[in-house]
Amino acid sequence: MSDTKEKAPATAEFPPPVKWLDDRLGVGKIGRKNLRKVFPDHWSFMLGEIALYSFIILILTGIFLTFWFKPSMAEIEYQGSYSLLKGLHMSEAYASTLDISFDIRGGLLMRQIHHWAAVLFIAAMMVHLLRTFFTGAFRKPRELNWVVGFGMLFLGIIEGFIGYGLPDDLLSGTGLRITQGMIQASPVIGTYLSFFIFGGEFPGDDMVSRFFTVHVLLIPGLILVLVTLHLFLVVYHKHTQYAGPGRTEKNVVGYPLMPVYMAKAGGFFFVVFGVTALMGALLQINPVWLYGPYNPAEVTAGSQPDWYMGWLEGSVRIMPGFESHFWGVTLSWNLLIPALLIPPAFVTLVALYPFIESWITGDKREHHILDRPRNVPTRTGIGAAFITFYGLLWIGGGNDLVATHFDVSLNKVTWFLRFAVFLGPVLAFWVTRRIAISLQRADEERLLHGLESGIIVRSPDGGYSERHTPISNYEAYELTAHDRLVPYEVGPETDDNGVRAPRRALNKLRAKLSHFYYADAVQKPTAAEIEDAHSHGHDDDVHELTDTEAFHEVTPDKH
Amino acid sequence: MSEKRTSLSPARFLSARRRHRSAGLVVLLFGLLAVGSAYAAFAPGSAVADNSAQSQQIEEGKKLFAVGCSSCHGLNAEGSGNGEGDMAGPSLIGVGAAAVDFQVGTGRMPAMQPGAQVPRKTPTYTPEEIEALAAYVASLAPGPAVPATDSYDISKVTDEQVTRGGELFRTNCTACHNFAGKGGALPNGKYAPSLMNVDPKHIYEAMLTGPQQMPVFSDQVMLPEDKRDIIAYLHALQEQKDPGGFGLGRLGPVSEGLWGWLVGIGLLVAVAVWIGAKGVKAKGHGAPGAKAEGAKAE
Amino acid sequence: MSDKNLPVKADDEQHGAVEVAEPIADPGLEPHEYRITDIDPKAADRAERQVATMFTLAGLLFLGACVGYFAIPRDAILEFGPLTGNANNMTLGLCLGLGLFLIGAGAIQWAKQLMVDTEVIELRHDANSSPEQKADIIEGFNEGAAESGFGRRKLIRRSLLASMGLLGLPAIVLLRDLGPLPGRSLYNTIWAKGVRVVNDVTDRPIKPSDLVVGQLVNAQPANLTPIQEESPVEYQNAKAKAAVIVVRIEPAKIRTKPGRENWGIDGILCYSKICTHVGCPISLYEQTTHHVLCPCHQSTFDLADSAKVIFGPAARPLPQLPLAVDAEGYLVAQSGFTEPVGPSFWERG
Repeated sequence: MSDTKEKAPATAEFPPPVKWLDDRLGVGKIGRKNLRKVFPDHWSFMLGEIALYSFIILILTGIFLTFWFKPSMAEIEYQGSYSLLKGLHMSEAYASTLDISFDIRGGLLMRQIHHWAAVLFIAAMMVHLLRTFFTGAFRKPRELNWVVGFGMLFLGIIEGFIGYGLPDDLLSGTGLRITQGMIQASPVIGTYLSFFIFGGEFPGDDMVSRFFTVHVLLIPGLILVLVTLHLFLVVYHKHTQYAGPGRTEKNVVGYPLMPVYMAKAGGFFFVVFGVTALMGALLQINPVWLYGPYNPAEVTAGSQPDWYMGWLEGSVRIMPGFESHFWGVTLSWNLLIPALLIPPAFVTLVALYPFIESWITGDKREHHILDRPRNVPTRTGIGAAFITFYGLLWIGGGNDLVATHFDVSLNKVTWFLRFAVFLGPVLAFWVTRRIAISLQRADEERLLHGLESGIIVRSPDGGYSERHTPISNYEAYELTAHDRLVPYEVGPETDDNGVRAPRRALNKLRAKLSHFYYADAVQKPTAAEIEDAHSHGHDDDVHELTDTEAFHEVTPDKH
Repeated sequence: MSEKRTSLSPARFLSARRRHRSAGLVVLLFGLLAVGSAYAAFAPGSAVADNSAQSQQIEEGKKLFAVGCSSCHGLNAEGSGNGEGDMAGPSLIGVGAAAVDFQVGTGRMPAMQPGAQVPRKTPTYTPEEIEALAAYVASLAPGPAVPATDSYDISKVTDEQVTRGGELFRTNCTACHNFAGKGGALPNGKYAPSLMNVDPKHIYEAMLTGPQQMPVFSDQVMLPEDKRDIIAYLHALQEQKDPGGFGLGRLGPVSEGLWGWLVGIGLLVAVAVWIGAKGVKAKGHGAPGAKAEGAKAE
Repeated sequence: MSDKNLPVKADDEQHGAVEVAEPIADPGLEPHEYRITDIDPKAADRAERQVATMFTLAGLLFLGACVGYFAIPRDAILEFGPLTGNANNMTLGLCLGLGLFLIGAGAIQWAKQLMVDTEVIELRHDANSSPEQKADIIEGFNEGAAESGFGRRKLIRRSLLASMGLLGLPAIVLLRDLGPLPGRSLYNTIWAKGVRVVNDVTDRPIKPSDLVVGQLVNAQPANLTPIQEESPVEYQNAKAKAAVIVVRIEPAKIRTKPGRENWGIDGILCYSKICTHVGCPISLYEQTTHHVLCPCHQSTFDLADSAKVIFGPAARPLPQLPLAVDAEGYLVAQSGFTEPVGPSFWERG
């Protein structure tokens, strides 16, 4: 802390309980560093917090649910208070979910909060990931924290999907059936893998109890470890900040944890919990009683996974049906490609993006000042392409509802998507990059010529022009406080001693990619250019107002 | 999926014209019907009277058919076109009174225009006209009759039977019509319509006759009591007040995800923006005199 | 243009040496501006009251939640137009949700209006260790390594690595009993010669004369229900493979595959209900086109053409069950399925 206010006298002592702890744990040392830790203030820095708080809400409501949920597939006859299913044979898991929904006071609320929090948890992680991506916050030294965050997103999605499978209703059973079908169709080990995971043939009577352990113990434990690591790294690296006057790569400007961020972030936890609880109270989610108990011979229209699996579902839906039979084996391309190749490839690309970008650009410096998305048009375009790819697959996952709600043919939606998933991202990349470049040009215009004042001046010879007012020095600094983008250059073919440079082809590729990456980005003006533009502008004003060539000529060329 | 009513007003427009053209005829038919039914009511035991009332009704139906239906289905209901896929007008010989009662009673027929599927709309014909049309079509060849009222009367159905109806519903119906009877997509622009707010008689008839794409669930395989139980379950679903709040259309996870993003993430981002926003400043004001807190600034 | 602003070459690592002062010098933090609550004690008091009101209301709402929990019958239903809900549940949710929201909003308002809002600057430090620390650690590590003799004593090193490697084996072997081996179970269903085709749910056998053209029956083998009494699991597993659909199509429209001429009875055909894609039960049958659609991934099969795939991600037709009629006139299977039902698997061939 740079704050060097008058120190308390050396005899100051903690209150007794804190002293007790400090004597044993040295809490004072931790507090000294962190009590007044500075966080920059920006709404987009709160997105990750939504995810963190949803996770806490998930744990709290999840514990409540475990008190009554029976993770067992033993068959019983339902005798609870939901009359439309009374007397039916069903698993204990499903019956206890019905009990939680209808016979435990507050149970339905907790179930719905739990489910909404899961929806928000993953959505918030994804929005947070997008913010990190588009602002370049993943760059050195934060690449590992990107990977950690990505790991949580991945685990969160699996966690959510398993949770969706636990109530053993018709919808969750259908989801698991699809998963089992995909596992079974995997090459070589598929059949065995499926038998080991499900304890034999599908559905068997093991899956709920097994998935329960994974859902309440294994994955939450792993996420907890990663959350801790993630937060530790945020504290260690200190938060990134947007460019602005007084904000440099060597400082962080904002409000201290105690008291402002304790109140803001702590308050935000309650807001997130409050909003989730209100959603749980007012918006019905996963009405398991309507689906009925799982029955392998039943299915319902609109069998969809929760939103975060939708893109995978879409990828499977729009895949044409191919399968190879050779050497006595079956290779199911119709599942291999959309479920086992494309998603992992996509996911790996996203997870490794920081390393890929840094290799291409050759940028190995630490970055704590965030990029404005427009200032890195190619990255922004790539992000838009990824969003488009994901979004189109997402639409594919709901193609039946798209068909019925927008009055189009289901088959046409599918055919459209089969092409659009390839063309859409390219188009999105190109359009977004162009928009980013235009915005950069607009910034440059603003910087060099100032704001349009709205004041039209008429010159004596009848010409009209708008007077521009220069922007403030603060804003001018903010607009220019970013890097110049200079492509990586491949070095000379041989060094001074005539030895050929190693990995020449790779480096050539790298230089090419790097040029592509930085091509067309508008470089910020130099100090001289700004100076020039300002004096020119000044001249022009004079010119238009006085309009005498003679005067113009005698005007000193200085401002 | 709610029923598509977009073409409602053109339907009214056209039906109005159609009525207009045959207005005189309709008035006449009303008169005849009134006389016929009054006669039937007063002389229930008389087979001769019954027969004559029936043949009269068939005659009326035939006239109505010639005006409103024959352009697609042929003058003698023999059908036109291939009768398959495109609904150019299949043969109606042998479809029975139940099919006519369903198609015309739910307003699907007369169809407005050929398309992937003929939507439900406000019926064009009066119940009496529908009866006459049904009688005429039934007279062409034997087919399923309009079910008797007590076969779809759900007032005496027990809770166990409703539960059983749910089992039958999930086994036979949800694949197309969705778990809550909200409907769903079929190939090439066709769809299974919503079953909400449909007359129990029409649900029964749909199962019995298999209108449009829908397969037939004949009374020999799916007994009348099976059908009644399904109808009772559907009724219970429709009457059920969603215990958890807004039902979000009872469409499953897609609408839930949409609401989660729009409402949940939307609201929370709005709050985040509020947290990060700089409040109103007292422009150009010097250091505060009053509050000690303010002076503590670095 | 200063070189400092360029991304440096890959082999030339530089840490944190970048200033973005060019082309305009950093003017430093903008001057702090005071809020109305900073200069007007009345406004500050008003803000304090606002915050306190939110906290108080929250407390009252929490009490309200407790009262509602006991006072409202658990099956009462609330209805406001399209919004319905269990009254007990909704009261709890609204009280808790609003209360939590108010605590949060109050705290944020407090921070925004009343806490000091002067921005503070904290300096960053390099992420990496200083050269002294590095030297220290390298020295310590080398010392320790030398003392252990790990590098020198090859026998110890190798045997330790080998045993650690072998520890992985029991970790995998112990999972063996997670499930039985597949064996032939994916190839067989409980269908066999003479097993009656009965209605799902009602278990009624079916006569050909019961079926009209356009009919769909969701059916199962007659020997399925007895299993339920013995073992619900076996029942579910058997049902997951044995479910079928029976349809009746106008015989003229059927294109029979060679070898399947006697598999149907007057246009009555029976197919596996389990999709060959990933195993969803399919029964979205369109009688006009005799297509059946899977609601999960929209694979479409033409039942008049041996259930050939005509759209979607499935790659194989639905297996067909050969039908016959028994002495009492009911539909029975001629035999079991002639191929495995359900999703593909590697060994299927």
